[in-house]
Amino acid sequence: MVTGKGGTGKTTAAGALAVALATGGQRVLLTEVEGRQQIAQLFDTPPLPYAERKVASAPGGGEVFALAIDAEEALLEYLEMFYNLRRAGRALGKIGAIDFATTIAPGVRDVLLTGKVKEAVNRPDATRPGGRAYDAVVLDAPPTGRIARFLNVTAEVAGLAKMGPIRAQADSVMAVMRSGQTAVHLVTLLEEMPVQETVDGVADLRAAGLQVGGVIVNMIRTPLLADGDLERAGAGRLDVEELAAGVKVAGIAPRTALIDALVAEAAQHARRVALETTERGEVEALGRPVYELPLVADGVDVGVVYRFAELLRTQRMVG
Amino acid sequence: MSDGWMSKAETAASGVPAGSRVPAVPVLDVDAMLDSEKIIVCCGSGGVGKTTIAAALALRAAERGRRAVVLTIDPARRLAQSMGLSELDNNPREVVGVDCSAGGRLDAMMLDMKRTFDEIVLAHTTPDRARQLLDNPFYQSLSSSFAGTQEYMAMEKLGQLDATGNWDLIVVDTPPTRSALDFLDAPSRLGAFLDGRLLRLLLAPAKAGGKMYLKVVGVGLGMFGKVLTKLVGAQLLTDVSQFVAALETMFGGFRQRADQTYRLLGAPGTSFVVVAAPEAAALREASYFVDRLDADGMPLAGLVVNRVHPVSSAARGLTVERSLAAAETLGEHAEHPLAAAVLRIHAERVRLSARENRLRERFTSAHPDTSLVEVDALAGDVHDLDGLRTVGAALACDELLDRAG
Repeated sequence: MVTGKGGTGKTTAAGALAVALATGGQRVLLTEVEGRQQIAQLFDTPPLPYAERKVASAPGGGEVFALAIDAEEALLEYLEMFYNLRRAGRALGKIGAIDFATTIAPGVRDVLLTGKVKEAVNRPDATRPGGRAYDAVVLDAPPTGRIARFLNVTAEVAGLAKMGPIRAQADSVMAVMRSGQTAVHLVTLLEEMPVQETVDGVADLRAAGLQVGGVIVNMIRTPLLADGDLERAGAGRLDVEELAAGVKVAGIAPRTALIDALVAEAAQHARRVALETTERGEVEALGRPVYELPLVADGVDVGVVYRFAELLRTQRMVG
Repeated sequence: MSDGWMSKAETAASGVPAGSRVPAVPVLDVDAMLDSEKIIVCCGSGGVGKTTIAAALALRAAERGRRAVVLTIDPARRLAQSMGLSELDNNPREVVGVDCSAGGRLDAMMLDMKRTFDEIVLAHTTPDRARQLLDNPFYQSLSSSFAGTQEYMAMEKLGQLDATGNWDLIVVDTPPTRSALDFLDAPSRLGAFLDGRLLRLLLAPAKAGGKMYLKVVGVGLGMFGKVLTKLVGAQLLTDVSQFVAALETMFGGFRQRADQTYRLLGAPGTSFVVVAAPEAAALREASYFVDRLDADGMPLAGLVVNRVHPVSSAARGLTVERSLAAAETLGEHAEHPLAAAVLRIHAERVRLSARENRLRERFTSAHPDTSLVEVDALAGDVHDLDGLRTVGAALACDELLDRAG
């Protein structure tokens, strides 16, 4: 499970993790549940239907499949699988019952979504080593603020269903979510709000008995200044004359306005690095493994996903 | 857009390199909006700084002399504290430290969705009926955890605040939904459910009374009843059916209120401000939202691109290639490490800014008439009124002259 506050690069991290897990010949399913087609955008493929499609190959013969899980389709599939009721299901849609189950009844939607993930995790395939259709399933999960509630489906439907099929399904999903097979990774930036949400999210997950994996710190700025200069830049005490001299030696006219602008940019860089240092301390205090991914100034594309996958492997998140 | 202030023809772009200026994107005239509107709705996807923008707008309006209230949904702790919102009490409280010399004031509140729901129930039915409903397990789940309840209750609260007539301007921060569009859809979805066919079918047997309902459902709904019972279980059906019975007297009220609030959003005096970060996903979401507002005839004021990294005009001429080459030359000779490092910082900044400009231009080419304003990234998070004032000043382009250099 990969969660993170909005804007932290959760989908990118989930995609990279899927590629990393597939590296070396594994088959991995990457799923999303929020109906936003983020995976298709990340891998630059047409929108995903409610069907598992191969979206990427990984080094060493690995394969990444993707699925955009839709609550309504999952419900119809469930009705068909267990009650042979697909047509009746379609008819139910007409009186608003499907809408009720998938969008209004509290918790039912989440049971359907996580239930589909569970189905993919457990799906048998006798032709494959290990006997399962997938070696790993990665979920690009809802944001940190909602993750514990999303995964803690038993508690979510408790007020609703004390017995019956919803409760039974919730319990079986919960068993998978709480098992050693599942880990929830949190993606964050080294900024105050995302880190605070990560800290709160970890507490919520632990309280719900869910296993916290690692923290993926994304968009890290590489400190470009030497330590002393970093401090001086942040405090507005950079050696302006030395800077101007250097700029001149490099063949650029050291106009005052330019030097002032460069000093201001260096100061912002230094303050950003300082903020990241403080926030990194908060993240490390969580006592979970921390993995780092750099800021990509030109934006994320498929190439970046592969680069990040390699970074996650070299940092031993996988393999 | 008919309002003159929305289409002041200037170039909004702050970080655009001189040569590649986009043809006159209209600037969002924030002060004119703050001085004339009655309701401003801030929307956008999660993590773009929506709450901060909403609070900054309300504060600026108050300090310009308006009686303003900001309705926040889920503010970051320290931002909430800065506005004195240390507890959630579902009622607006005056924010201390606001400059009231122009005759305005600022109140702020955090939405408590369950309490808001409870209040509607209490206001619309007899105490007996209300008690029945408040005790119903299905109601308790629905009112505290249904993903759409928050949106619905935000709308409801907006309607309530507006009805008091206590404020000149209400600024609403929308819930952190998966998609910005949920805010518009959820209330009607819940509304449609509350007086939809499913509930009416369930309601009929419930009215017949007590434990008869399952049998009647079985007969009345036939296969549907069978499937429903399988799907949700008998106990849940009982709860829902009792919930519906208790709710019945309030149907008209619910529906009417939802419709009223929706109309309020489309009425003159309301403006939507779409907030986005200069990221592909956030701007894509903003694009959808702008189209949707247009399709629904909702009044869009403009787009706020929050946390941009412009390059100041004095440094714009120094390209990525040139500064990297210069840094390398210095590096080869192991000279002037400070200048080499600063030139690398500059190159990174220009690349980031160029990417943000490309993303913004993608938006403006598709929406050439949408007014736009950019707010520079700050070094840290905003958690005091001064920080909000800085954001407010950036929104109103107070330092535009400064930047143009």
